[in-house]
Amino acid sequence: MLVWSKRGRAGAWLVFGILAGVVYGLPAAVILCASLARSWNGVLPSGLTLGHYAQAVSGSSGAALEASLITGVVASALAVLNGTAAALALRRMEGMPRRVLDAVFFLPSAMPSVSIGLGLLVAFSRPPILLNGTIAIVFAAHFVLISAFTFGAITAGLARLSPDYEQVAASLGARPIYRLRRVTLPLVLPYLIAAFSLSFALSMGELGATVMVYPPGWVTMPVQIFGLSDRGDVFHAAALTILLAASTLAALASVSLVPARSAAR
Amino acid sequence: MNSAAARGIEAGSVDSQLADLAAASLAKEAGAQGAGGIGFEGVTVAYKGSIVLADFTLAVRPGEVLALIGPSGSGKTTALRAVAGFVRPVAGRVSVGGRDVTDLPPHARGIGMVVQNYALFPHMRVAENVAFGLRARHAPETEVRAQVESCLAMVGMAAFGRRYPRELSGGQQQRVAIARALAIRPDVLLLDEPLSALDAQIRHAMIEELARLHRSLPALTVLYVTHDQSEALTLADRIGILRDGRLRALGPSRELYRRPPNRFAAEFLGGANLLPVVIETPDAGNGFSEVRFGTTRLRALRPEGAAAGETRLLCIRPHNLTFVPGDPAANTVLARVHEVRWKGELHDLTLEAEGRTLRLASVPLRAPPEPGAVVSAYFAPDEATLLADEGDG
Repeated sequence: MLVWSKRGRAGAWLVFGILAGVVYGLPAAVILCASLARSWNGVLPSGLTLGHYAQAVSGSSGAALEASLITGVVASALAVLNGTAAALALRRMEGMPRRVLDAVFFLPSAMPSVSIGLGLLVAFSRPPILLNGTIAIVFAAHFVLISAFTFGAITAGLARLSPDYEQVAASLGARPIYRLRRVTLPLVLPYLIAAFSLSFALSMGELGATVMVYPPGWVTMPVQIFGLSDRGDVFHAAALTILLAASTLAALASVSLVPARSAAR
Repeated sequence: MNSAAARGIEAGSVDSQLADLAAASLAKEAGAQGAGGIGFEGVTVAYKGSIVLADFTLAVRPGEVLALIGPSGSGKTTALRAVAGFVRPVAGRVSVGGRDVTDLPPHARGIGMVVQNYALFPHMRVAENVAFGLRARHAPETEVRAQVESCLAMVGMAAFGRRYPRELSGGQQQRVAIARALAIRPDVLLLDEPLSALDAQIRHAMIEELARLHRSLPALTVLYVTHDQSEALTLADRIGILRDGRLRALGPSRELYRRPPNRFAAEFLGGANLLPVVIETPDAGNGFSEVRFGTTRLRALRPEGAAAGETRLLCIRPHNLTFVPGDPAANTVLARVHEVRWKGELHDLTLEAEGRTLRLASVPLRAPPEPGAVVSAYFAPDEATLLADEGDG
């Protein structure tokens, strides 16, 4: 505890509350109010309605929610698979090769998402690999953008895993695949879940690359929200934003229910 | 091999007779291990260019408990890991039960292992932990269940099979780790500081437990790595002392304690008093030599090859020194009491004699001498050895 006195603690909480309220609470409250507003001409909205939500879950907006959820799950699953394999492979590596490969895996996190979208368009708009205009290029864009975070989370989990577990398993006669399946992966399961959750949340909110590559018929929620805002339909966009946040939180909550007994070490 | 073994011993000792004895003992054992023995032949292990185990040669007999002790970084854990297959020697061979396992992966070696923090799999129940090795080997489920029950019963944990490791105390986790290692019926059990995470009281109980376990499994060869000399002395048939990656002493536990072959063994195992003496009469009869410590004449066991005028170190264990009331008698050192510490089950006294510090450990004294008092400290000549004066050993 950095602050010992009661008064000091109360002051610290007040400052924290004001900052959090202004930075996080106010924008969220404005979006929530807008999603429920019939019109908003004064300081506060006038007239409440659920009509924007009804509109949001039907037609193209409903399809956008579905597209976002599918893209998020597919890209995150691929990123976790790839991140796990990469982290396991680099685990025993040391020195310069390790540093170079680490940098390669983390590179997408340092690049603007629009540039990644552009790069994918240029790379996959002509044979032999033609992805432009397909759903696959959206999955690829999301996968590239989130894979660095997935790799980082899983690498951190493996680094915390004592080598004793796998060594004892090996001494007991467990072959590498059996060891991986029965010891290593169950022990890093909390980190895999965390990596999946982070990837999924990032994917659900991804706009920059998606807007460059999405094909007709696969409009994700952020693209839909951006389009609505651009056309001035801010109440509908606000309702979609709330739905996007709620569905992301619901998905993350259900992922967190996956039993991870190893977490209770 | 055995030149290598001799080199290992001699590197820490100028007491060539004892070194030769140890080398001869190694020579007899090397390559003569039956089922379950462990053999190191000139094993060298290096990490990033620095050698952590150098030309290490040792034979652990089938059914024997051999403890490797030494300070941190001496190479004792590396030696154990070389047997388990977790480090690859850059030179030399490792064998288990007469079979060369140097190039075998760890899972193909059939060795039981218990590590310092037990490494029980936290996501498995106790019974699943014990069954792990058998299931990894695709043993029939009926055999797995029977063996798990039997091994848990052997370590007194039969009632804990449904628990998770986190629901057990340190001592219980240790028992489960041993049961898990024994479930695969290994010929060789490697114990890497298995008691160091336990508090003193449980550690004492576990030492007894391990001794009992080995009595019930006499064919099991145990390589026990520890930095705790009392564990080694209590459990091991023989002790090997390592320093700087080399074997500095090897012998039966009692023998090594009573007759350390060199200064390092004397100091590391039991914290001996080492007094510089000059040999006056190499052969004073009855297997003793007469030496001079300052102006005091004393007797000690005669070392081989001793010559008059030679400087040696007189090695006396603190508990082999006793107070002699009245006038100084034979084999007594006149000393001034410097410090008196009561440690419950013993009195620990620091004495000064001829400018040297001596430790005397005694059963609790009714009237311990006051600091500054002059006392006579006696030792039996056959409890004192003469070591080569080899610097820091």
